[in-house]
Amino acid sequence: MKLTGAQIVWEVLKREGVEVVFGYPGGANLPIYDAMLDYPVHHVLVRHEQGAAHMADAYARVSGKVGVAMATSGPGATNLTTGIATAMMDSSPTVFITGQVVSRFIGFDAFQETDVTGITLPITKHNYLVTRVEDVGPALREAFYIARSGRPGPVLVDIAKDAQQNSTEWQYDPAPLKLRGYRPQRHPLGRQVEQALELIAQARKPLILAGQGVLLSNAMRELQEFAERAQIPVAMTLLGIGGFPANHPLNLGMMGMHGEAWVNHAIQEADLLLAFGMRFDDRVTGNLKTYAPHARKIHIDIDPAEINKNVRVDVGIVGDLRETLQTLLEQLPALDHAAWLEYINEMKGESAVRDIQYLPPDGHLYAAHVIHDLWRFTGGDAIITTDVGQHQMWAAQYYRVEKPFQWITSGGLGTMGFGLPAAIGAKFARPDAEVWAIVGDGGFQMTAAELSTATQEGIKVNVAVINNGYLGMVRQWQEFFYERRYAATPMRSPDFVKLAEAHGLTGLRVERREDVLPALEAARDAEGTVVVDFRVEQEDSVYPMVPAGADLHNMIRRPVRTAIVETGQDEL
Amino acid sequence: MAHTLVVLVEDKPGVLNRVASLFRRRAFNIESLTVGHTEQPGLSRMTIVVEGDDFAIERLTAYLYKLVNVVQVEDLTHTQSVVRDLALIKVQAPPESRTQIMQVVDVFRGRVVDVTNQSLIVELTGDVEKIDGFVDVLRPFGIIEMVRTGVVAMERGSTPLYLPLNGNGQTHPHPETISEN
Repeated sequence: MKLTGAQIVWEVLKREGVEVVFGYPGGANLPIYDAMLDYPVHHVLVRHEQGAAHMADAYARVSGKVGVAMATSGPGATNLTTGIATAMMDSSPTVFITGQVVSRFIGFDAFQETDVTGITLPITKHNYLVTRVEDVGPALREAFYIARSGRPGPVLVDIAKDAQQNSTEWQYDPAPLKLRGYRPQRHPLGRQVEQALELIAQARKPLILAGQGVLLSNAMRELQEFAERAQIPVAMTLLGIGGFPANHPLNLGMMGMHGEAWVNHAIQEADLLLAFGMRFDDRVTGNLKTYAPHARKIHIDIDPAEINKNVRVDVGIVGDLRETLQTLLEQLPALDHAAWLEYINEMKGESAVRDIQYLPPDGHLYAAHVIHDLWRFTGGDAIITTDVGQHQMWAAQYYRVEKPFQWITSGGLGTMGFGLPAAIGAKFARPDAEVWAIVGDGGFQMTAAELSTATQEGIKVNVAVINNGYLGMVRQWQEFFYERRYAATPMRSPDFVKLAEAHGLTGLRVERREDVLPALEAARDAEGTVVVDFRVEQEDSVYPMVPAGADLHNMIRRPVRTAIVETGQDEL
Repeated sequence: MAHTLVVLVEDKPGVLNRVASLFRRRAFNIESLTVGHTEQPGLSRMTIVVEGDDFAIERLTAYLYKLVNVVQVEDLTHTQSVVRDLALIKVQAPPESRTQIMQVVDVFRGRVVDVTNQSLIVELTGDVEKIDGFVDVLRPFGIIEMVRTGVVAMERGSTPLYLPLNGNGQTHPHPETISEN
């Protein structure tokens, strides 16, 4: 069958099961867009290519399929890069297709030419520059295979315009791909499985650290069975949230910089850490020299380069987490760690009295209240996307996620502006789901133009703006570490209600706690996308907090709350 | 200490850039790097000398394996291997010192590959120490120009470095990834 390179692009996408593509056309990818009209794919026209990348990323995280975004050469491609780096840091299976100038112009500083494969080399799992039509099909097939296999990640295919226009004989080859230098290892080593089981048998204070690998390998059921049979509590990384039900008695919650005190203390006192598909990020470990000093460590990861990278471990198992847990479960005995669980529970009780949710109302609207109410209102069943900053950490703490693939956040790169486009991508993955983007006033304004995309697509996502008039997390650091010198953090925002209305959408504003639930109801009932502007306490901070580089057990704890101080109950 | 790594890579455009970029990105310093063809079609062989302790080299090896085009990485530092560097040295050689220089070249088993009235170009292969020594001896005569290729290395014995795919699709996996199943 004789096809143009542009047609081959869509032929491959069709066979890869791609139904939605997020993108933006331009001079160098016009042939691809022209060919698109003959294929049954839905294209979402974004307002900025970064939005397309985040949408594809979130689509992938929610659906488990490969997310696809496309852009033209030059600025189109460079605008993608923040989104590509986000997908890279969070191991999101994505394929990016960019147009490149005609091949004979490459290297001559042509109009809208940039070295896209050069620029994206360190932020992709792999990339391709395709200058011949014969290479379009093979490169794209490899791209999908690499993106979704092993440790998933973004793969970029940069296709010269003439390679899109020229024709070649092409036939789909369904044979599995064999790449000489790329063979992810899925099966764990028997010897290391034995060693792991030995360490587990000896442990008295074991703790599971569950990362995003649980979700990426679909190991939720195996994790739960493992934790229950061995009676080992589970702490989650930010991206691991959803891999283990929030209401499960063995779930301790999130670890790390803004993890609850009992979680971090449990890590520091544990005698065995079982790291499942996580990578000991610095936001998780704090000071590596004092991290989990009493614990032996078992690390399971599909990426061999993660073993011993940040934390030296006693047993490193390279393999697919699900397969590895299945192997371990074949021999894992029922165990009992009642004393250890009881001890952690006591720490939990001590922390709870500091929690804002248990304090009497003081007339102020706190972000934690908004998110708590949103959690109750949605029954913990909505898909939550976030931006980056204080609201993200409050959401991680107070929105209790019960099910997998419903918590979508930019963890590794910490990309502001992620929340709204991610919500749109998530909605395309699960049109039936209620989707809430929890964003800050700062991050929201970075990609608020995508409201227009939501309008054009006629889709409904709900945006909860946690509006405190500051770049809140930076302000918090300035308060804690820079003597409250608020350099460039106060931020004036437009009227978000009017902004929504300008897009033909519904805007709501909430300033009091008692108005939160009615607003959430109104948002749910409204047709189309809704923006709710929650005017929250301005100088509120996220607790607990492990200052960057500090020992994990040296947290800034929740103070005896301002709420109480202001009501004159200092003695409490 | 300096480690000598042999890296087999797919012979595709941009591969050198990927490897070099990885060294920069992960903050490793390349002391020397050579690339050339191998006995295997489609495979190029890099010999990379890099400074670092055993742990750093273990990390580097794991990172190299993350590159899709990297097929195999071997550290030849602690093996019995042949390591060779090649130097071309243009040295001042007026008639009065010429004989003496020729004697030195002879002792080091070098070869004179170009001659003018006032200079010689000498070619020398050998391990790094031998060439360093040769350069030291020649320096008083006046070195006009010098180039060294950087080392290439090969393990002694009859076993090839690269073994083609076997039944289960494995060649030389990273030690961490060897499957017994």
